[in-house]
Amino acid sequence: MRTSRARTVALAAGAYLVAIVFLLPYVEMVITAGRTKSELLDANYFPKHFTFSNFTSLWSADGLGGNIWVSLRVAGGATLLALLVAIPAGYYTARHRFRGRTAFLLVVLATQMFQPAAMLVGLQREFVNFNLPSATVSLIIVNAGFNLAFAIWILNAFFSSIPVELEEAAQVDGLSRIGALVRITLPLAAPGIVTALIFTFITAWNEFLVALTLSLGSPPGDRPLTVAIDGYVGQYSTDWGHLFAGGLVATVPVIILFALIERRVVTGLTAGAVK
Amino acid sequence: MAALRRLTPLAWLGPALVLIGVVVLWPVVVMVQSSFQHIGGEGFVAGYNGTDNYDRLFHEPDFAAVLLRTLVWVVVVVAVTMLLSLGLAQLFHQRFPGRRVARWALIVPWAASVMMTALIFRWALDPSSGVINLFLHQIGVVDKLGSNQAHWLGDPHRALPWMMAVAVFVSLPFTTYAILSGLQGIPEDVYEAASLDGAAGLRTYRDITLPLLRPAIVVATLINVINVFNSFPIIWEMTRGGPGYQTSTSTIYMVDLKQGNVGEAAAMSVINFALVIVIVVVYLSTTRWKEQVDR
Repeated sequence: MRTSRARTVALAAGAYLVAIVFLLPYVEMVITAGRTKSELLDANYFPKHFTFSNFTSLWSADGLGGNIWVSLRVAGGATLLALLVAIPAGYYTARHRFRGRTAFLLVVLATQMFQPAAMLVGLQREFVNFNLPSATVSLIIVNAGFNLAFAIWILNAFFSSIPVELEEAAQVDGLSRIGALVRITLPLAAPGIVTALIFTFITAWNEFLVALTLSLGSPPGDRPLTVAIDGYVGQYSTDWGHLFAGGLVATVPVIILFALIERRVVTGLTAGAVK
Repeated sequence: MAALRRLTPLAWLGPALVLIGVVVLWPVVVMVQSSFQHIGGEGFVAGYNGTDNYDRLFHEPDFAAVLLRTLVWVVVVVAVTMLLSLGLAQLFHQRFPGRRVARWALIVPWAASVMMTALIFRWALDPSSGVINLFLHQIGVVDKLGSNQAHWLGDPHRALPWMMAVAVFVSLPFTTYAILSGLQGIPEDVYEAASLDGAAGLRTYRDITLPLLRPAIVVATLINVINVFNSFPIIWEMTRGGPGYQTSTSTIYMVDLKQGNVGEAAAMSVINFALVIVIVVVYLSTTRWKEQVDR
């Protein structure tokens, strides 16, 4: 009994230590965001004074506030587009066996192996030719496309787990087929939809390389947050306090969202590959 | 009517096919095409030039070194990630109070953007005021703050291991979670049977846990190889691939080529693409992945 108790304490201590190591870099981000300009370059773990000025200045004229808004539009638009496209595809492949079904799911799976970085030149040349009104539209389309595989696979799994009898019963009660889908099946698949939604949003929100490539011609205020932050780094004396304040605003909501879907993300990422 | 019914799937799957076509498949075609074209500074295509882009690329003085470094980068980062994750998953699979909170901390580097994490490490490695250097100074590893010795990222031989460490750090959460979900899929009675047979400790792990974890390990390795090969933000934010190209992998090199010669960057992309496919095929055939799945 005593040894098992000592073991539990040791295990917990080890796990907490690992957890702290994983959090430390982000704690340092919080501390730096709270440093005043005069204490920014001091070699100490904690400054003597903390300030909120790095956060309030985000919404000044040359702050990052506008870029946060751009990222919100890109990530929100990409999420909406990906779900609008993935829900019918996930539903139909879950409910029907038809010629080309396996081929379709394999193509979707293959796209998970493709990363935007690998085909950056192609994306850049293609989207330049589209002459879209702004980089925001291009980024919405690209981010939706690269997250489609995850969304379709996880929705397919959720729809498959909902008994078809429920829909049939609803149709007997007078609902149309689409009505049964909207009123009965979609609410039951809500956990899957929420997972796809949050995952797409986070990936698009964090995306950097395609955003950097496609928004380089845009005015600085029209670039996504990741690109704007990268622009700060290149400058002669980087304003790290302001940079990390922006980074914190970008990171904290995303971590909370991710915590909500944590258990299901692994299933979505690996399900396709195992099936 | 029958013909119409055959078209129904298209109504449901069509939008997905169009999006995949526009965003994933067509760019590959454009990329391969561009690699055989002479493309001017403004993106103006001056016609096909055969294999000129490839010839130029192969004769770049940095080409061989960049490819070799890419291979080392992928192998080291993925191998270290997998080994550490096996241990971490084992730890977080045990029962202890506060496990949920501890697991929650683990996902933070996964949810945060890799680019922000890379910037934090760059800041923490600042030669005169970075907290990592401050700590290393206090424990006696770094003699003097602000010295060349504290300027880790300025020296390619020391910058690369630091960037590999960051790459491992951001890969650990997903990998650990993937192995954890594999561990949760192993039924308890397998272990009960093993303990009846007198197996214990490391032997149980090697003979029972590892073989049963194989599908999870294969899939996690595969996803990591693809992610790490294409990784851009870490090296970009910490050294920009420099000095020269001494810390560039082929993805960084491709992005840099793109500023000057789009055709040559396209050729590099095509080679990157082929490399990933080769690595994936070799890996899958050596792990006899298909047998595992078909069984």
